[in-house]
Amino acid sequence: MRSYAAGRAALAVVQLAVLSVLVFILTSLLPGDAADLRFTETLSPEQVDRLREQLGLDQPAPERFVHWFSGVLSGDLGTSLISGGPVSSIVRDSVGATLVLTLATLAVVVPLAVALGILMGTRENGRLDRAITSVTLALSAIPDFVIAVVLIAVFSLKLGWLPATWIGSSLLASPILLVLPVTVLLGRTVCLLSRQVRAGTITALNAEYVVQARRLGIPRRRLLLRHVLPNAAVPGVQELARTGDTLLGGVLVVEAIFAIPGFATALVDGVETRDIPTVQGLTLVLAVAALLINLVADLVCNRLVPRTELLR
Amino acid sequence: MRAELTIVFTIVRMVCVSDALNRRGFLGLAGALGVAALSGCGGGSASSQPTAGGRLRAVYAGGGAKEVLDPHVQSLFVDIARHKAMYEKLVELGPDLKPVARLAEKWEHDGKALTWRFTLRDATFHDGAKLTAEDVLYSLARIADPAVPDRVAQSSLATLDLRRSKAVDPRTVELVLAAPNAEFPALLAGIGTQIVRDGFNDPTKPNGTGAFKFVSFDAGRSMVASRYDGYWDGAARIEELHVLSADAEARANAVQGGQAEYANDMTATFARTAEAGKSVRIVAAKASTMQAFVMKVDQAPFDNPDVRLAFKLLADRQRLVDVVLAGRGTVGNDLFGKGFQYYPEDLPQRERDVDEAKALLKKAGLVNKEIEIFTADASAGFVEAATLFAEQVAEAGVKLKVTTGSPQTYAKDLLTKGAIGNHRSGAMPIPQYVVDRLLSKSPFNVTHWRKPAFDAAFAAAQVQTDEAARSAKYGELQRTLHDDGGILAWGLPDYLVAVSPKVQGVQAVPPNTVDFGRFDKVWLA
Repeated sequence: MRSYAAGRAALAVVQLAVLSVLVFILTSLLPGDAADLRFTETLSPEQVDRLREQLGLDQPAPERFVHWFSGVLSGDLGTSLISGGPVSSIVRDSVGATLVLTLATLAVVVPLAVALGILMGTRENGRLDRAITSVTLALSAIPDFVIAVVLIAVFSLKLGWLPATWIGSSLLASPILLVLPVTVLLGRTVCLLSRQVRAGTITALNAEYVVQARRLGIPRRRLLLRHVLPNAAVPGVQELARTGDTLLGGVLVVEAIFAIPGFATALVDGVETRDIPTVQGLTLVLAVAALLINLVADLVCNRLVPRTELLR
Repeated sequence: MRAELTIVFTIVRMVCVSDALNRRGFLGLAGALGVAALSGCGGGSASSQPTAGGRLRAVYAGGGAKEVLDPHVQSLFVDIARHKAMYEKLVELGPDLKPVARLAEKWEHDGKALTWRFTLRDATFHDGAKLTAEDVLYSLARIADPAVPDRVAQSSLATLDLRRSKAVDPRTVELVLAAPNAEFPALLAGIGTQIVRDGFNDPTKPNGTGAFKFVSFDAGRSMVASRYDGYWDGAARIEELHVLSADAEARANAVQGGQAEYANDMTATFARTAEAGKSVRIVAAKASTMQAFVMKVDQAPFDNPDVRLAFKLLADRQRLVDVVLAGRGTVGNDLFGKGFQYYPEDLPQRERDVDEAKALLKKAGLVNKEIEIFTADASAGFVEAATLFAEQVAEAGVKLKVTTGSPQTYAKDLLTKGAIGNHRSGAMPIPQYVVDRLLSKSPFNVTHWRKPAFDAAFAAAQVQTDEAARSAKYGELQRTLHDDGGILAWGLPDYLVAVSPKVQGVQAVPPNTVDFGRFDKVWLA
């Protein structure tokens, strides 16, 4: 297990380095740089040129990358070209909202999807299975922004029960802010996850060892919890890792609609203002999170069903 | 994605939120409950008698990490609004963009418009210090600091000779220019010209003379300020001001959902659906900005004056206003600044004349030729206007091919790319528009209008100290532009602000003028 972890860690470092180079090249290819974008009929071209020099954008790109990368190796994510402040503070400021949103969504999704998945799997093709399938599939087929818009129109603008946006309020002061965004995010995640659990349950129920266990007269409840669920959970856990990735990346649509100052908003702002250090820093943090989540998911699967092979 | 969002939001608003549909029983129970909720805040008798107290939350388009507290670095509307609450300028602009006295209570010049004396008002900074001539000199020097290129007023105030300027006494400051300029007071009313306290160097600790005192700031999110009781122009009525940042859709939802009382820069589509309901009121400043096509007068085919005129004659302005601005605006007359000081009001409106345009284009040999129009989604309506205009030009047998560029760099790209493109300008004094865009050395000369004779005539007008004579000279120059220039101003959009019905005292004036976003003058009924 230890050599496995070391191998994965080494691979991760290589992945992160390649990713950084790619992101740097891609953002550098965008038209205009951070100084150009200040040319908004308030700064003259001559002022823009002086600004470019001050920001160091007149240096060759490889030089700027090496400078940034050596900073990262010593734990410094660099300085934002726009605010002039450290990128780490932009990461810190934007990660909170996204993290809370992700955890809150997962806290609802996991028990709900597992319960629905087992319910469906144990009643394969039954009336309940078909009803739940239809509803969750329908929900996942509607784009996030349509669900969001309808929920806001009804529960915020019409009924006035829930806040429409996060503008001017803080989560600490009003946790009720989470209700609508989490509901929107539930739609697709519950569907995907519950279907994986359902499929896993069906496979497990039809497996030789379960059939055998049933013949031995093991009570149904125990059979489900001890023998079916761990096996059924494997595809679920992998799907959960993917869901976690997506949610942590910040769901741009949801952040935009509810004015949530999260990760995706910061990333889009960074790209739009050509703030390369910020974009680099945010992607790096996101990549580390994704690698960690997937590693944990693999380890969990291995624990649940020791015969599953670890990816190398 | 944003466009899709807007469409879906608009449809849902029309279906669920508009009262007109609710009365027909749409949405059943939800409708009934909603009407009750709405009448709670919207109905009843809004008292017109000013009352004191309360909190006002105003929401503007945000700029994320780009938002700043330094008043000399402002460029976003949200920054300008925040700084306006806390800081003031010597001079502001009236609704017709004419200079009006603010921290300077009056001014006079030496008869040649070279040396100017400004008498300061008895105003007090938030830290208790009185405003003095030294504060003014310090502020102007801070703006001019060449080591800090992002101080926005640097180029417009380059005419100021600070070494020869001085404090005459604590309440009088003498400012000397490098060359005479009768428009100098208006330059002091430009963006980023706020007066800060002598020695001010930490923008995170704002200290101005404005109606509100700084409480907190979170870039990309919010600024909170509280009423300053020592304000010289009468303390504000509201106690607390929040200036928040959000996208257009979030602004719309916030003001309709009661999370904000004032939402800046709303779309015409939102205004139409919002006005059908009662949850918000739309305050529209008529003809506050300009939408135009700009033709580069030194590039084929627009180096031919006949082609420029033909294009001006081909524009169906009313249709452009009706479609692109959803009717929220008036037609333009190929000049900037309709309704502003120095605008030649007697100029006849240019009408569409396809036959004459055809004749001109035939003479220029352009019939059946293809021309490229360079556009981008940089400002609301740019791409739509270019596409619609291409249809109108096609009627004369010329094909206008629409090419779309990057929205973020469009302002800069347009200077070099495309023989014709889109242009939008906010409200500013006409001479400033000319200085920025229509002189040989103008930094934003999108029409490449570089005429030494025009430059000389403008310089001569600018030093003319008699206002009527100056106005006549500016009038002549504008006539030349109207006939021969590269600006095809087709529409003057209204500037739309949405307010909660309980907010009173919001004036319908163009942005960047003294009474725009005057939160010290509003009250909550």
